[in-house]
Amino acid sequence: MAYYEEEDLNRFPEIGKHRPDLFEKFMAWYQACQEDGALTRREKALIGFAVAHAVQCPYCIDAYSQSCLEAGSNMEQMTEAIHMASAIRGGASLIHGLQAHNSVDKVSM
Amino acid sequence: MPQALPVFNSQLELAGEPINFEEKLAAHGLELRASTIETLQVNLGKLCNQACKHCHVDASPSRTEIMTRETVETVIAVLGQFRFSTLDITGGAPELNPSFRHLVKESRALAIKVIVRHNLTVMFERGQTDLPAFFRDHEVEVVSSLPYFLEQQTDAQRGHGVFQKSIDALHRLNTVGYGVDGSGLVLNLVYNPVGAFLPPSQASIESDFKRELLARYGVSFNQLYTITNMPIKRFLHYLRRSGNEERYMRKLVEAFNPHAVAGLMCRTLVSVDWTGRLYDCDFNQMLELGIAPELPQSIVDFDPMKLSSRRVMTGTHCFGCTAGGGSSCGGAVV
Repeated sequence: MAYYEEEDLNRFPEIGKHRPDLFEKFMAWYQACQEDGALTRREKALIGFAVAHAVQCPYCIDAYSQSCLEAGSNMEQMTEAIHMASAIRGGASLIHGLQAHNSVDKVSM
Repeated sequence: MPQALPVFNSQLELAGEPINFEEKLAAHGLELRASTIETLQVNLGKLCNQACKHCHVDASPSRTEIMTRETVETVIAVLGQFRFSTLDITGGAPELNPSFRHLVKESRALAIKVIVRHNLTVMFERGQTDLPAFFRDHEVEVVSSLPYFLEQQTDAQRGHGVFQKSIDALHRLNTVGYGVDGSGLVLNLVYNPVGAFLPPSQASIESDFKRELLARYGVSFNQLYTITNMPIKRFLHYLRRSGNEERYMRKLVEAFNPHAVAGLMCRTLVSVDWTGRLYDCDFNQMLELGIAPELPQSIVDFDPMKLSSRRVMTGTHCFGCTAGGGSSCGGAVV
C-alpha cells in the first residue's frame, strides 16, 4: 500500500462518511475562510501555500500550488512564501535552543 | 463568481462519466442561443510566424491554408451589405495573408470597427515593419497575446526569444500612440495561463501587468483580457502528454458558472474560416463543428435574419468558456 495517492485529493468528502454533520461544519468554515475579505484571494492562497509546506501536506501543497497560479502568483513569489514557511520553522527550532540553554544552565555551576 | 474549493470538490459523480455541456446548461435552466450578430470574426488562415504550445488553431510557419482574395472580397461585400459593429480579424498571424491590409482598409472605409489579433512578433517579419503605423493610420484596435509579464513563462508557451521581441514590439506600438492615454489608439493584451490551470481574476492580474510592464519595461496598454486555454488541438495534446487532461477537464466542469453563459461571444458573433465556411466561434471552427446544419453554411449565403437567435453548436470544450469568470475573445465575461 502506497501512502499519499494523488487521487485521494478528490476523495476528501469520504471523510464525512461517519460524521457528516462534523464534516459539513468543517466545509462551511473552510469555504468561509476562502472568501474575499480583508485579505485578497491571492494573499490567502499564498498563506495556504506556505502553511501547506510548514505542515508538509502533499495534498495541500498540490492544491495550493494550483490556487496560487490561479490567483496570478508566479514561482518567484511562491518560492518566497516557501522560504518564509521554512525560515519560521527553522527559527522555531533555533529559539528552542534557549530551552536547552536554560536546562543546561540549571544544572551547571 | 463561484469559486471551486482549491482542495475539495463536491462533484465526484463526474469522475469517469461523460461530461455533457448541453445537459449542464439544461440543469441550470439555460440554453445557448445567439442574439443580435454584432461581430464578424474572420480567420484569415493558419499561417503564423510562431508555433505556440497552447495554440487552438495549430498555426505555424509551415501551414499554407490562408483565405483567398476572392473570399476576402466576399467578406467585404457582406460587411457592406449588413450591419456589423465590428470586424474581428484573427489567424494564424492574419497580417501574413496578402489580402490583410486590403480587408482592413475596405472595412474601415465602411466605418466598421476593426480589431486585429496581432501576435506582436510578426511586425519583425519581412515587409511587416510598418505595421504599427498601418494600424494607427486605420485606427485599428490591437489585441495581443502576452501570457505573462516575465520572460520565462512567456517563452515557455510562445517560444524562445518571443518575450523580448514582444516587448520590443510593444515599445513600437507605444511609440505611435497605442496604449497611451488620450491617443484614442487601443492596445489590449491577452493573458492566458502557461499551463493546465485557470486564469486569475481579470481585474487582479490586469493591475499586476500594468504595474510590472511599466516598471520593468516602460510598456503601457489599455486593458488585459484573461482567456482560458481551450482543451482542443495543441493545448489538448499538451494536456494528454503531461497527464493533465482529466484533471483539467474536471477543473473546467467544476468551475462552471451559469452567469457566464449570457456573455459568451458565440451569442453575438459569427466566425468565418479561411475557406468562407461559417461557425459559431473560432474554437468550433478548429474542431470543424459547423454552424447548425439548417442554417447558411458559407459567407456566400450569409443571412443575418437566419443566423440571429440561432442555436449554438456546443461540445465539451465549451466548458472552457463558462469556467469561473468566463472566457471570450474579449476576456472574462462576468
